[in-house]
Amino acid sequence: MRLTCTVNGTEQLVDDVWEGESLLYVLRERMGLPGSKNACEQGECGSCTVYLDGLPVCACLVAAGQAEGREVGTVEGLAAGGELHPVQQAFLDAGAVQCGFCTPGLLVATDDLVGRALAEGRRPADAEIREALAGNLCRCTGYEKVLDAVRLAADRMAEEAR
Amino acid sequence: MEFLQPTTWEEAVETKAAHPDAVPIAGGTDVMVAVNFGRLRPARLLDLTRVPDLQQWDTEDGVVRLGAGVPYARVIGELGDRLPGLAMAARTIGSPQIRNRGTVGGNLATASPAGDAHPALLAADAEVEVASVRGTRRIPVADFYTGVKRSALADDELVAAVRITPPSGPQQYSKIGTRNAMVIAVAAFGLALHPDRRAVGTGIGSAAPTPRRAPAAEEFLAGELDGLWDSRAELPPATAARFGELVAGAAAPIDDVRGTARYRVHALSVMARRTLTWAWAEYRKGETRCA
Amino acid sequence: MSTPTRSPSGAPSHLTGPGGGRVGDDAARPDGVLKVRGEFAYGSDLWMDDMLWGVTLRSPHPYARIRSVDVGPALAVPGVHAVLTSDDVPGSKTYGLELADQPVLAVDVVRYQGEPVALVAADHPETARRAAARIAVDYEVWEPVTDAREALGHPHWNRVHETEAPVTELSRESAHLHPEGNLVRHVKVRKGDPDATADVVVVGEYEVGMQDQAFLGPESGLAVPAEDGGVELYVATQWLHVDQRQICAALGMPPERVRLTLAGVGGAFGGREDLSMHVHACLLALHTGRPVKMSYNREESFFGHVHRHPATMRYEHGATRDGDLVYVRAQIYLDGGAYASSTPAVVGNAGTMGIGPYVVPNVHVDCYGAYTNNPPCGAMRGFGSVQTAFAYEAQMDALAAELGMDPVELRCRNAMEQGSPTPTGQVVDSPAPVAELLRRLQAMPLPPSPATGADADLRDMPGGVSNTTHGEGVRRGVGYAVAYKNVAFSEGFDDHSTARVRLEVVGGEPTVTVHTAAAEVGQGLVTVEQQIARTELGVDRVVVAPKDTAVGSAGSTSASRQTYVTGGAVKAACEAVRARVLERAAALTGWPVGDLRLFDGAVVAEGLQLPLAEVLGDDAVEETLEWRHRPTEALDPETGQGFAHVQYAFAAHRAVVDVDTELGLLKVVEMACTQDVGKAINPQAVVGQIQGGTAQGLGLAVMEEVLVRDGRVRNPSFTDYLIPTVLDMPPMRIEVLEYADPHAPYGLRGVGEAPNISSGPAVLAAIRQATGLPLTRVPVRPEHITRT
Repeated sequence: MRLTCTVNGTEQLVDDVWEGESLLYVLRERMGLPGSKNACEQGECGSCTVYLDGLPVCACLVAAGQAEGREVGTVEGLAAGGELHPVQQAFLDAGAVQCGFCTPGLLVATDDLVGRALAEGRRPADAEIREALAGNLCRCTGYEKVLDAVRLAADRMAEEAR
Repeated sequence: MEFLQPTTWEEAVETKAAHPDAVPIAGGTDVMVAVNFGRLRPARLLDLTRVPDLQQWDTEDGVVRLGAGVPYARVIGELGDRLPGLAMAARTIGSPQIRNRGTVGGNLATASPAGDAHPALLAADAEVEVASVRGTRRIPVADFYTGVKRSALADDELVAAVRITPPSGPQQYSKIGTRNAMVIAVAAFGLALHPDRRAVGTGIGSAAPTPRRAPAAEEFLAGELDGLWDSRAELPPATAARFGELVAGAAAPIDDVRGTARYRVHALSVMARRTLTWAWAEYRKGETRCA
Repeated sequence: MSTPTRSPSGAPSHLTGPGGGRVGDDAARPDGVLKVRGEFAYGSDLWMDDMLWGVTLRSPHPYARIRSVDVGPALAVPGVHAVLTSDDVPGSKTYGLELADQPVLAVDVVRYQGEPVALVAADHPETARRAAARIAVDYEVWEPVTDAREALGHPHWNRVHETEAPVTELSRESAHLHPEGNLVRHVKVRKGDPDATADVVVVGEYEVGMQDQAFLGPESGLAVPAEDGGVELYVATQWLHVDQRQICAALGMPPERVRLTLAGVGGAFGGREDLSMHVHACLLALHTGRPVKMSYNREESFFGHVHRHPATMRYEHGATRDGDLVYVRAQIYLDGGAYASSTPAVVGNAGTMGIGPYVVPNVHVDCYGAYTNNPPCGAMRGFGSVQTAFAYEAQMDALAAELGMDPVELRCRNAMEQGSPTPTGQVVDSPAPVAELLRRLQAMPLPPSPATGADADLRDMPGGVSNTTHGEGVRRGVGYAVAYKNVAFSEGFDDHSTARVRLEVVGGEPTVTVHTAAAEVGQGLVTVEQQIARTELGVDRVVVAPKDTAVGSAGSTSASRQTYVTGGAVKAACEAVRARVLERAAALTGWPVGDLRLFDGAVVAEGLQLPLAEVLGDDAVEETLEWRHRPTEALDPETGQGFAHVQYAFAAHRAVVDVDTELGLLKVVEMACTQDVGKAINPQAVVGQIQGGTAQGLGLAVMEEVLVRDGRVRNPSFTDYLIPTVLDMPPMRIEVLEYADPHAPYGLRGVGEAPNISSGPAVLAAIRQATGLPLTRVPVRPEHITRT
């Protein structure tokens, strides 16, 4: 089947999609956007987290056809041009990236969390960060530096917004 | 494989009638796992995410009609006050990403004994509204589950909505997992106190071939509470303990990779006792949530 | 030659990164920007226009004879380009890290569930999967051998202490899974009096379940047929050259025709030390003449790599009334599964370090590794030391309780220090601050108790938002554990690394290129390589060349060894380059070489600053060096004595755990860790290793287990193999000590494994304190705590 959708603001059209393919497979193998990672294919690890119409979801559990006409946002779309997004920069500065396989999904989930909190005029509390990121497994860091990164990103983004 | 995408409820029901073998997909949290691992190769997938009626909830005659396609995240965010037990259950489900996609309708259609919504629906005496070209019918949720991953849904039917009367008393939900987030229930328990009709609702998950109620426990507790509803007096610890035992007695669990049958029975007795203690403490404070 | 491409990312690329950062700095990762932009090319991201997808057909049975294989129906599927079996393996039919006992594709017999039987290449992964399902394999199913002691014909222990259970029918009868028998290795450690007696004796039996590395990036790679008839393999792995050796043998090709390049690695932790899809992809590529990509899904990954050995252990500790250890006797059984993998070395570690970092005059240890029909077990972070630490630290706590002594006191009293003898007759010849690590933990403040009842935040409670307790039944426990681990390869292995370092001026800027084959698996070795080059050559711009087999072996990214060994090689190569540059500068300027040094892109001396551009012109100075740590010795086969280990790493943990004693659910409240790292080359990365290692230890302690029954894996998914989430891993307090090891480059000590070893035992100690239960099996399950 044919699939058209908007990915990171760009219209995408792909043909010959097998109906059993996931949005993740289509992004990675058909649209040349391998940033979203495939680590479990059953919604347990969050490595494939993307925005679907503005909500973070596991792309592995979205049937390709369900994305028809929708807006998809991936890690590749976070940075504006050459500049890193503050969440990306914070993950680097905090040392939250080791093997990096979980990183794309964590970045999208963090962007969503921090964005929502700042929209409400606050920074996310630690317990809230933990609950919001519980669906993103990381095997390398033990999460401590991920938490550091989220706090750092929230601080910087709050500062920028002022 | 064919990918069918109805855009109206009528079209969806007609499509299902024309293709009873079509596998409905909403949040994909069950279906896509099976597809990804080659365990499911249906001739047709029936995508329900474009049917606007399914994405809505409203209130009719004091009853919440929750469209089958409303994701858990919205149950938590929009219905926490009206459906507290279901919202508590929803908060235990998967991750934020899963809760943004997974639906109560999907939980019902899959009818897994471990589905997290079931104990809350059972305790709240929910009704499942199912539809086909033949018409719409309402099934009391306790009658909906007919076996392991089997339900009363006919081949040509789709889950349209769940109907739940907002509680006249406190509700609780408790679930055992061997990790502090993102777990399939080892055992789960839902409790609803119904002071308006002097009744008690229960729901047991992951501890029998289907989700089920604990009728003996409900009757026992309703009897014990008979004199206490009005006085809001302290609940004797022995009553809570006995309630726990009766809830555990209603279970028929198995040993599996997630836990032993013995543990499940034990955990149910503890969860039932504790949730009753919390619910009764809330009731005594008069914090009854009204519809 | 064509290289795999994928818009917008390149194939494994030269990494430069943001620049800056020398030894001792928190230098930024050179691959960091690519990783946060989603542009870092992992094995599973590689792609070529005309590539095919390879899949593996695996045995559903743990033990069976293959009567026949019919690939015809699979070949008939449109889109299928090749279907291969063991008959298509041109070279050696078997491979292995230490013993070549594992078939590339099953030959006549399958010995574990998931053993590869056949391969398919097709134009879509779904086509390949469908075709694989059509391969008809006729199995004669045999009864699997699933218990390590029974496989060896050894009797079971009774759960009561003193007597042994009778030999069972099965153990006497058990068939040999391999021609040489079911014993992979038996290590004996004999020191002092084997019949020593003591005032106070504690006996315990312990069991550790099978842990999975659970790296997030499943096995994957791309094989590309080359014009010379050879093959290029881009693969996520831990040791390119040991892969190359085994692939060459299987393909019957010389190394110059089998070229490997490291693809991006999504974590490893030991699970990529053995081959997975390597030979398979090469076979399919050579057979079809097309590039072939293979990428496992999570379920296949559980069958596609070795796991941590499950262990059963029996320990007897004897001590004086004052708490001085008199003897330790231990029997340790490690289930190696169907093939040897690195079982011999794991047995060596478990045996030689199996009593912990304590001084004991009389030691009698027997450690066995056995073949069974369970999944093959091999390398995982901690490598034989993780299992025994659960046992010896439980014994220390039990002994302390028996003596009425503080558990930390007892440990400090018997702690190893510099100059102490080990059970294998080595003298610890560098700092061993075991007691200090423990005392520092003890001095740290304890975390406050969470609010309970109506004010409870469920996220602070055992069970989390699943709402199982508001404080009811919750008791807090505090536990300590200390562990040690050998760094680098032991027992006389020729452990070395190769580094090629080139200094030249590129675009007016002095530039160093570091080329090694050392696998970057996430730990940050590429950063360390840059830091060392910057430090030694005084040049900011350091490029890390792709990791490949065009340079000599770096050895494995395992055993906490790369910063030590490849770091040592890079340092040595830089020193050789520096010597040549300074000689050149001396010749140019007439200054004595001894007065010159490299600083900030120039040759400098008192009153001299000569830019490198002027010294080098258009020339490049390049040196390639093989570097070795000081040699170790094989163990004496009868006594286990010998200078077997080049360096030890020490770490200690304190765990604070809230236990819902009624439901058996846990909330680890805090983990504190002290570790001596000799010298922190990159302090931020060191802390990251401690945090990550701690999390994996915690996972094994309370939730992680590959459940195997009758040789079958029952939970090959992230739904049922649970690893800690951010709600399971608590905040940490960390103190890093830097007592230089005079034998090591910069005085550094390998970092990655030690914190993975002491973490779990500390958690167990805390749970025991909270519950009063012996808890002799890990992972601890709610059933154990509630005795249901």
